[in-house]
Amino acid sequence: MSRPADNRAQFHPDDHPNDHFLLTTVVGSYAKPKWLNRVDDLVDDPDSKFDEENLQEAHDDAARVITNEHERCGLDTVVDGEVRRNEMVEFFAERIEGYEFNGPVKVWGHNYFDKPSVSAEVGYDEPWLVDEFEFTNNVASKPVKVPITGPYTLGCWAFNEAYDSQEELIYGLAELVNTEVEQLVDAGARYIQIDEPALATTPDDHAIVGEALDRIVSGIDEDVRVGLHVCYGDYSRIYPELNDYPVDEVDLELCNGNYEQIDVFTDPEFVPDLALGVVDVHNAEVEPVDEIKANIKQGLKVVPPERLTISPDCGLKLLPRDVAYGKMANMVEATRQVEAELDNGEIDIEAPVPTAD
Amino acid sequence: MTERVATTTGLLPLPDPAKSELSGLKGYQKHDLISGTEGEEIAGAYAEYRREVIDEQQSAGLDRVTEGQLRWDDMLAHPLTTHDNVDPNGIVRYYDNNNFYRDPQVRGELDFSGDVADELDTAAKLVDDSADSLQAVLPGPYSLFDLASDEHYGDDSEFFGAIAEFLAGEVEAFPDHKTLTLHEPSLVENPPNEDRVERLADAVDTVASETDADVVVHTYFGALDETTYAHLMDADVEALGFDLVAGDREETLSNITEFGTKDAAALGIADGQNTLVESADTLTERVEWFEDQIPVQEFDRLYLSTNTEPFYLPVNKHRAKLEAIAAAAGNVDAEEVTA
Repeated sequence: MSRPADNRAQFHPDDHPNDHFLLTTVVGSYAKPKWLNRVDDLVDDPDSKFDEENLQEAHDDAARVITNEHERCGLDTVVDGEVRRNEMVEFFAERIEGYEFNGPVKVWGHNYFDKPSVSAEVGYDEPWLVDEFEFTNNVASKPVKVPITGPYTLGCWAFNEAYDSQEELIYGLAELVNTEVEQLVDAGARYIQIDEPALATTPDDHAIVGEALDRIVSGIDEDVRVGLHVCYGDYSRIYPELNDYPVDEVDLELCNGNYEQIDVFTDPEFVPDLALGVVDVHNAEVEPVDEIKANIKQGLKVVPPERLTISPDCGLKLLPRDVAYGKMANMVEATRQVEAELDNGEIDIEAPVPTAD
Repeated sequence: MTERVATTTGLLPLPDPAKSELSGLKGYQKHDLISGTEGEEIAGAYAEYRREVIDEQQSAGLDRVTEGQLRWDDMLAHPLTTHDNVDPNGIVRYYDNNNFYRDPQVRGELDFSGDVADELDTAAKLVDDSADSLQAVLPGPYSLFDLASDEHYGDDSEFFGAIAEFLAGEVEAFPDHKTLTLHEPSLVENPPNEDRVERLADAVDTVASETDADVVVHTYFGALDETTYAHLMDADVEALGFDLVAGDREETLSNITEFGTKDAAALGIADGQNTLVESADTLTERVEWFEDQIPVQEFDRLYLSTNTEPFYLPVNKHRAKLEAIAAAAGNVDAEEVTA
């Protein structure tokens, strides 16, 4: 069962221009400023005077810049672009007891991943993201969303040396994520997103992800919005099972596949709120506002406007920064236009998208 | 007395400096990957690292040494993705792993390529007594058929036959080698249908008959189903290879009990996909477990290696596993293995 919570109202801006409100957000990562990539390398250069303290300052600066960039796009909820994180598994593995790094392994061609090993029981030492959240929350004028790599992905994208089964490792990690979410909530976080890209490659494990989510939300107040992000895959293999996940919102990459899979979610009825990807992160062309509006209407086939969240397909970190900005600005503009059309009764909720013929 | 031969499946991890040097020289995108026509600088870098991984296998105490297959950007699909009449297209998932390769779309006749033979020629010069220790590595005909897309032959049976003939032509051009390992993970992951399984042994024989070396058909990612195993047993090869790390190894034993096996066998005893380094004692126990379960047969020879290709591993753990395998074969003192 989904959490019986209507916790999206807290993100409704007081000066929102329309009666309808489609919550706009980002998945998390964002194009890093080029100088940040440079200084990330510089700190490892023994000949450079650039030290860890300078890097901390650079990360703070970058977090300010990207948070502000999200606000300038007009997004209702913002992230710091995950500018402090190097990679979605490595960042957490460096902070979780029990992980070790042995060196890069091949993903494809010359693309490598510093795949960690779980060589001992996993444990929680100190908060992973609380400092990051507090900093962003202080500099942001909009509510801040906190993306966390989920236990299924943290477990699957590592070598398991220590646990009898992958499942046991994942549940162990889920307890740690639960602890982290508690800390974030204590620090004031109201919007948490669990990222589980690994589910796309092994959809038969949807029950393990569900059990892990049960552990993650255990004891978490229902006023806290908890989302789940899943990227491209064969969604028919995780639907309708994901309706049982204890989350408020499920964020899906669908634009990249031209919404060919959208009908998967129309029967049976979609239970959580839908966070719909409406711009393609694998395409460096900024979609025009009208195209994005048509994409948004695809979401209305699945959920009514009051349960629709608008987001990009996935993280934007691989796009050129001006393209990332253009996509977000157009996404927000398209969303506000769709809201106005809904206010004016110009969209038929029963048939929001014209049929091909 | 059973001879224990310490070896590897080939497709080794690139040394870490090679990862950065070659990505710098070639690039990261799919059109930057190996085409078989690389220039001098890239070829020179590969030559240097080929020497390094051959030295590493020899110094670890292996009885058979592979070229390393460091150029195989597309893993087992490499012999096709470097072929002139093949278009390496979109990136597709490599079996049930978080790894990807370029889909080889065959758009013309699969005539002779010579890419793998050229690699082996270079390796033969680096290996001590290549006729007695060099192990050639290729995908088996079924796995290569399974990994490829046909845009030319138009008929699956014809395409399967053409792939077997293509591999046979490549083997014919190989320099002297002691062993030829044919990788056949697709027999487990996507077992052949009725038509294909009927022609499986013929296809393997087409390739195997082109060499005087001992031919091993190695299978992994689990156990073969009964029908596939029974047909594979008809192939005229020295040994079949089994994944003894996989959870369903009892099914492998059941196949062997039911249909017998060759006089030699290849045993995947160390996990090629996990960094936990098994001790030489653990590996020895796995070999003994296998022998104990097949009491009716004393094997002439047992090849010992990782179950899968080891490119999934970081280099330090791969090195430790090679040493443990050599120790399990009795080639080095287990006490000296640092793992």
